[in-house]
Amino acid sequence: MKKHIISPLDLTCGEIEELLHLSARIMENPQQFAHKCDGKILATLFFEPSTRTRLSFESAMLSLGGQVLGFSSANSSSTAKGESLSDTVRTVECYADIIAMRHPKEGAATVAATKLECPLINAGDGGHQHPTQTLTDLLTIHQLKGRLDNLTIGLCGDLKFGRTVHSLIRAMMRYTGIRFVLISPPELTLPEYIRSDLEAGGFPVIEAERLEEVMPQLDILYMTRVQKERFFNEEEYLRLKDSYILDTDKMRLAKEDMIVLHPLPRVNEISTKVDDDPRAAYFKQARFGRFVRMALILKLLEVE
Amino acid sequence: MANIGNLQTGIVIDHIKPGKAMDLYDALELDKLDCTVAIIKNAPSSKMGRKDILKIEGDTPVKLDILGFIDPQLTVNVIQQGKVVEKKTLHLPQKLVNLVRCKNPRCITTVEQELDQVFLLTDPEKGVYRCRWCEHRYDE
Repeated sequence: MKKHIISPLDLTCGEIEELLHLSARIMENPQQFAHKCDGKILATLFFEPSTRTRLSFESAMLSLGGQVLGFSSANSSSTAKGESLSDTVRTVECYADIIAMRHPKEGAATVAATKLECPLINAGDGGHQHPTQTLTDLLTIHQLKGRLDNLTIGLCGDLKFGRTVHSLIRAMMRYTGIRFVLISPPELTLPEYIRSDLEAGGFPVIEAERLEEVMPQLDILYMTRVQKERFFNEEEYLRLKDSYILDTDKMRLAKEDMIVLHPLPRVNEISTKVDDDPRAAYFKQARFGRFVRMALILKLLEVE
Repeated sequence: MANIGNLQTGIVIDHIKPGKAMDLYDALELDKLDCTVAIIKNAPSSKMGRKDILKIEGDTPVKLDILGFIDPQLTVNVIQQGKVVEKKTLHLPQKLVNLVRCKNPRCITTVEQELDQVFLLTDPEKGVYRCRWCEHRYDE
């Protein structure tokens, strides 16, 4: 396994499989892993605020018996004094065994990795990569569908700016029998470079403007937030916004074993009435995020 | 072949788009060399109408690998004893360091001190370069 995890593609399919199996072992018997990282320290460097990613990293390390230090905004770090990212990470490395870092600038994790001897996990760099979210998504799919191949995956909402969508597509393209169904307004369709990757890989892609049209085909529905400010005009937003809100009516059109995923936070794109539907898996997904991060920390620290 | 004057040993970069010789001068960092450099602007050309030419005297180390990125149509002639002894074929370099800047406003290069601007050739067939840091595609 590579020393640093910057992108989901830093992991081979075999390594992902190992991580998913280790995550499953942890879930079955968390006590067995409760002291695996005794005496180890995780630094969480969050140059921009995040609730779930930072807390799930911290929860993961604490659950392994390790300890955590760090900061949760650039204002509370030496960046506010003008320190470079390179200097910050080199200093923190003196105090920690592994680093998880989120930064608003794209490529920040790649730069930090060139300066570090200890393992680095990219916890999100701008709109670029967020590998542990992708691992969370893969673990959720694997746990709830029992496989990572032969699936029809609907991706709904903001496909243009949503980094979780881009990473998930790239990760799922490595498995066989995957069909992608893209549901978004024309203003928020997938970027050209990912679309051309899909075409080059010969992946079947169906595009739809309305969720209702494709709902019955889906094995997985991956929802993202549509932000009003992305639209060029109010009229267009009003015309389309309801197509991207998942409610109980639309759920009636779906397969009985379909699952709904969302990287969270949710605003209004999934009605809270859907939460009680057994197919709503987004809070389970958040829970899986903790276990897959535990597995990744164990592997990177070479404890397992 | 353009008039190479009395250049006995050196390099002639021919068929430069008119007005672009100084860009090449800067990119090749010729200001850092002690040798004689001749810049010819707007010379008549049967192929291009007008062209620029750069003549660099002596066996000086010139970073020719970046020429393929700047303009693959350039002609590079190596001169020895007043004659053309080699015409170099230009290739796209694998890596560009501090030659072009990343235009992604969210790239880490916009804030990190003294960070090199590095682009890697990711698709040799289509000539696609991406920022080493943020992977943003380079477009002129």
